[in-house]
Amino acid sequence: MRRVDAPAHALAAFAAVLAVALAVAPPGRASEQQPTPAELESELVCPVCESTLDTSNAPIALRMKAHIRERIEQGATKSEIKAELVEQFGSGVLATPQKKGFDLLAWVLPLLGLVVGAAVVGVLAWRWSRAPAEDAGPPVDAAVDPELERRLDRELARFE
Amino acid sequence: MSGRLRLGGQVLAVGAVLALLALLVWKVALGSDNDVTGTLAQGGKPDAPRFELPRLQDEGDLALESLRGKAVVLNFWASWCGPCKEETPLLERTWRRWQDRAIVFVGVNVKDFRGDALSFLREYGVTYPNVYDGKGWTVGRYGVTGFPETYFLDARGRVVYRVAGPVDADDLAAGIDRALRSA
Repeated sequence: MRRVDAPAHALAAFAAVLAVALAVAPPGRASEQQPTPAELESELVCPVCESTLDTSNAPIALRMKAHIRERIEQGATKSEIKAELVEQFGSGVLATPQKKGFDLLAWVLPLLGLVVGAAVVGVLAWRWSRAPAEDAGPPVDAAVDPELERRLDRELARFE
Repeated sequence: MSGRLRLGGQVLAVGAVLALLALLVWKVALGSDNDVTGTLAQGGKPDAPRFELPRLQDEGDLALESLRGKAVVLNFWASWCGPCKEETPLLERTWRRWQDRAIVFVGVNVKDFRGDALSFLREYGVTYPNVYDGKGWTVGRYGVTGFPETYFLDARGRVVYRVAGPVDADDLAAGIDRALRSA
């Protein structure tokens, strides 16, 4: 049997995770420091029509888009711009709920539902896998009634 | 054991369905029509929802409760709203004519940038008090359906008249008359 080299596998996994992190992190930082109007407009909601800014032409949405461009030109970060708009219009302008306070429930509950659902499916699968053994009929090699066997032979003989 | 588990699951499922049904009934029965506009439409005089909001032209907050004893013209507006620009000069003129009597005009700036609201007030020379409600807290409580919208409150703090859309001189005269006459 081939020996499993656990430390080597762990090292490989760590390297893979690190590579992915390095590949993802720089754009994330760039996005935070130098956001584009398009990404902010897709992450913010018009407070009147309640659709994202990039799909709205409501007067307040146009005003918010102008504000976003103005603040980007002034060098504001993505978090700063979002925080300013939340301060003015409330957390309802964020397209996705915040990961704190009551809004955290919107992130936690689906995961909780997934875990509970998986547990329920697991329990049911376990129970179903046991059921056939308990509910099975007589074993295949059970003794057959001699009279029935003779009758079966007679019936089969008629077809030969 | 298996039967008990199945029964528990069924009870849980029925309970979840009933809870969702109750939520739906509650939303349909209570959430679809606002108390203020609903009562007003039936000829009633609903209590004006209280608020305490930051003043735009001055420091500090303005509590609606502090105006009890006077009739109030409550105008919901936003700087980005075209019809609001049309009616503001009329509101200001009417306010100047009535300000020494038992009536107060209050503007509620909603879902707007505070800076834009202040610029608007300066541009139109508005002198009646205005409060800032950027998050739109009052919109749902009053049942505001669009901007501008004006509510007329009597001295007991009850809504007696409402105009959706820009007011004209006749609307203002009718609303002020009802607010002052309401006992």
